[in-house]
Amino acid sequence: MLPTLLHEKPKAADRVMQHASGDKRFKILEAHMKKHQFKHDALIEVLHKAQELFGFLDDDLLLFVAYKLKLPASRVYGVATFYHFFTLKPQGKHTCVVCLGTACYVKGSARVLEAVEARAKIKAGETTPDNQLSLLTARCIGACGIAPAVVYDGTVTPRQTPETALEHLKGWISNGN
Amino acid sequence: MVIDDLNAIAEKEQAARKKTVIRCCMAAGCMSSNSETVKKNLEQAVKDAGLADEVEVRGVGCMKLCCEGPLVSVDTQDALYEKVTPEDALELVKTLKGGKTKVKRGDFNHPFFKKQLSIVLTNSGEIDPERIEAYIAADGYQALHHVLRELTPKEVVEAMVKSGLRGRGGAGFPTGLKWGTVAKTQSAQKYVICNADEGDPGAFMDRSVLESDPHSVLEGMAVAAYAVGANQGFIYCRAEYPLAIKRLQNAIKQAKTLGLLGSGIFESPFNFNIDIRIGAGAFVCGEETALMASVEGKRGTPRPRPPFPAESGLWGCPTLINNVETFANVPPILRKGAEWFAGIGTEKSKGTKVFALAGKITNTGLIEVPMGTPLRQIVEEMGGGAPDGGKIKAVQTGGPSGGCIPAEALDTPVDYDSLTKLGSIMGSGGMIVMDETTRMVDVARYFMEFCVDESCGKCVPCRAGTAQMLHLLEKILNRQGTARDLAKLEELCDMVKNTSLCGLGQTAPNPTLSTLRYFRKEYEELLQPDPFGPGRNGEAKKSQLATK
Repeated sequence: MLPTLLHEKPKAADRVMQHASGDKRFKILEAHMKKHQFKHDALIEVLHKAQELFGFLDDDLLLFVAYKLKLPASRVYGVATFYHFFTLKPQGKHTCVVCLGTACYVKGSARVLEAVEARAKIKAGETTPDNQLSLLTARCIGACGIAPAVVYDGTVTPRQTPETALEHLKGWISNGN
Repeated sequence: MVIDDLNAIAEKEQAARKKTVIRCCMAAGCMSSNSETVKKNLEQAVKDAGLADEVEVRGVGCMKLCCEGPLVSVDTQDALYEKVTPEDALELVKTLKGGKTKVKRGDFNHPFFKKQLSIVLTNSGEIDPERIEAYIAADGYQALHHVLRELTPKEVVEAMVKSGLRGRGGAGFPTGLKWGTVAKTQSAQKYVICNADEGDPGAFMDRSVLESDPHSVLEGMAVAAYAVGANQGFIYCRAEYPLAIKRLQNAIKQAKTLGLLGSGIFESPFNFNIDIRIGAGAFVCGEETALMASVEGKRGTPRPRPPFPAESGLWGCPTLINNVETFANVPPILRKGAEWFAGIGTEKSKGTKVFALAGKITNTGLIEVPMGTPLRQIVEEMGGGAPDGGKIKAVQTGGPSGGCIPAEALDTPVDYDSLTKLGSIMGSGGMIVMDETTRMVDVARYFMEFCVDESCGKCVPCRAGTAQMLHLLEKILNRQGTARDLAKLEELCDMVKNTSLCGLGQTAPNPTLSTLRYFRKEYEELLQPDPFGPGRNGEAKKSQLATK
């Protein structure tokens, strides 16, 4: 997608700018860039803010950031795809992050993940077709003392089992009666 | 700000201390078990009981025994309450007036607490991490004052050399030597970076230090900046630690307000500012050159060394990079003297080390012990052994770069050199206990999968080698591997170890190598007979194929 956009760069930039002018969130993002004086090394900070505002980073958004920071689009795209934290796909309404850190793993977090995958009928990293739930995994959230931990919509929940996890997700999965 | 102002803040804080202090753990582990509501209810209950003038409810950093959270302690009773629910608050406050409670009581005399020696964690679980006054009252920023007003940068470096402190990030490079190299390099601009990208799965020491005592890290960084001649610092923290980031931001703001960061600190010509850089979930960014690339806003890929960061680091300027725990060790060393610190630990590893104890063990949490403490003491006495009468099989240290230490070697003292000899590393301090139900080949596969995911892709041995090793491990686990696959796996381990560009690749085979070394039988049990015979013997091949 992006290479073709790059090909017709002036047009794409114009289109993105026009698209951006109607959305307040782009203004907030620009103010954030200004706070960092449009410095190139603030790219990761800016992408964090962009993801916070929009939920995910789509091509237009990345082009907007590239244009405003005066960076090549390839560099912005490269950084956005390098780091696991940034997502280029829209997320579901709810998120469920299963920690697969070593401590959680030896205490059975893989079984929790399997159970959720089976119930929601999606794999880790995917979103349910009805956009209700995104199932993600984490490499370690540093909550090893209370392993296995699962993060439901940003809330770290200790000592999960397949049963407690499914119980928690009941309302979020349409077929999870 | 002069020293009198600092002392005045400390005195005021001490004078305001109430008779009884109820401490409530507000670190991430306990907060996920609802300790925030517990604290709120405790405050309300104290108010309702009319004890507000005598009793202080204080939110503190990590109280170490994470598995029993939320933790609450009452200092006048010398009591530790475990798994406190919001409903228990009222009952706990009643005990102050002689009431009884059914809340589970912990024991401060348990070896888990008794055998600890706190240097880095002195303030953890004691003071409110969100108030700079509390840190100042605990002798905070005294070391910075001492250094700025009484010592030359050279003397500070000498003190660090004398203390024998080694980097706590894992590799164990002598801190004084590193500081000395940066100090000697001539440059108008130098930087200090605190590596808080604690990516090792199973490690949470740095997170706890940042959440429980952020000012000690800031003070350590300021001292380091003075010693090497830097005026700008960065803390590179993982995005997965939102609470640590929040407390750091808050701490930096408070320190700036009081003039303990900024320009002309303690009316000296020394200026120092700290910015936070938030990572974005890349394990490789814990490697120093990759970390610097990430601070510059680029993809976190490492580059060959030399030049070392001490000569050419961030934006080509000399840069000092140390781990969170290393910086947190600095203020106590300068306050109490290098000799005091050098008196703790073993001959080559000085001081203490914080470990995050987790996995199949009764007491999980944070421990700080002198270097040279036998593993058995940590795991069996302090950790209480495997839960439900299980048997400990191995202890994993150093995360994906470390190895598994078998139960037979538990009497090894924990220091940099002994662990290296066993084929593991000290690492940043994650210690995961595994019991008899853990399959070691699966553990090796788990860590290899991690390395495949986290390899940045810059150099071929790491990018392709780890993927091939994972493939072989999976083949063996699926009972499709043969002795040849095992031989190839060992060959690849050796190749990746010796030819990778950075620490990630060079250490990626360690979990596999150490499990092969101590648990080879488990691998061999999974092997299938080779359909092509043991050698390249054509006849063996034919006859075996014929019988199929």
